[in-house]
Amino acid sequence: MLSTTIVIVSALICVSLIMNLIRLLRGPDLPDRILALDTLYINSIGLILLFGLYKGSALYFESALLIAMLGFVSTAALCKYLLRGDIIE
Amino acid sequence: MINAFTRRWLPMPAQSLILFAVWLLLNNTLAVGHILLGAVLALGIPLLVSPMQSPQPRVRSHLRALRYALMVLYDILVANFEVAMRVIGPMGRLQPAFVALPLDIEGAVPITILASTISLTPGTVSAEVSEDRQWLYIHVLHLTDEAQLIAQIKSRYEAPLKEIFGC
Amino acid sequence: MPPVIELIICAFLLLGGIFVLLGSFGLLRLPDFFTRLHAPTKATTLGLAGLLIGSMIYFFAVEQRLVVHELLITLFLLITAPVSAHMLAKAALHQKVRALKRTQGQALCNAVRKRQPPPADN
Repeated sequence: MLSTTIVIVSALICVSLIMNLIRLLRGPDLPDRILALDTLYINSIGLILLFGLYKGSALYFESALLIAMLGFVSTAALCKYLLRGDIIE
Repeated sequence: MINAFTRRWLPMPAQSLILFAVWLLLNNTLAVGHILLGAVLALGIPLLVSPMQSPQPRVRSHLRALRYALMVLYDILVANFEVAMRVIGPMGRLQPAFVALPLDIEGAVPITILASTISLTPGTVSAEVSEDRQWLYIHVLHLTDEAQLIAQIKSRYEAPLKEIFGC
Repeated sequence: MPPVIELIICAFLLLGGIFVLLGSFGLLRLPDFFTRLHAPTKATTLGLAGLLIGSMIYFFAVEQRLVVHELLITLFLLITAPVSAHMLAKAALHQKVRALKRTQGQALCNAVRKRQPPPADN
């Protein structure tokens, strides 16, 4: 039962990754794309966790933690870039 | 004498404790080596960073703070279903709005906590604070009654924060 | 593993997956940037929390040891999600991203950009 659930939930997350990708490509504005990237990394954390569950190994949590931290920092950096660019204009 | 000693060598006791706990959690172990290393880090890092601290209002009541955190968690859970319904439901009926919320609390940390709470409880995202820290601008996904929303945020989140930080 | 625990884990995982899906669905479907901001920051965070709690119960039941990384990740996401949402909203306001036409209180936008108090008539 558990392995079936894991596969189903992975499928759900894959669908949401595709939705994020569509939003990333369609835009229309830069903040939209950054938001899509932000959601993309959060969803990929979910996928990694599920893979760890599937394999029955707790090793993958380290990578999930790393992605969470780097993703937040990159979102913050991109937003700062947008803000500063506008101030200089 | 003891007081001066601890203030010199243990400037941030709460942060030291958190650092120690997080180090052990990260390594997921209770081995002696990690306890020693964690203790060294928990004592050393506050010594390095304590000069950079800016004065912040102290937490008056830890019990109230805990209750506030639990209440926010509960609100996140319950109200998320509401946003989920909005997302599935018809788009034409959405009534988004920008609202200016007058702030009664002051200080960077309490305002940050209030803004984060507003962002996490569904239906509202905090967008900007005015320069004089008197107004918080929030975006509302579906606005029915502006005065009621402001009153609700004030009584449910701002008043407890005011009690916790005493400002 | 007892079937009750397996059922609980499955429930948490499914709930998490559904909320993650709803967050992304909202990101795709909602009409303008500011409304789009609402879906991923909340629904996705809650969904991920569900997944993490599920996996924590799993490792607790199977390996008989507490894996607390999940708690750290959940806490980290709970702290960072509002911060990144706030920064994105700020960036969008300064980029003059157009809000939906029927958004109320758009007169505030100018004041927000300059970080001024709202105009007096509001």
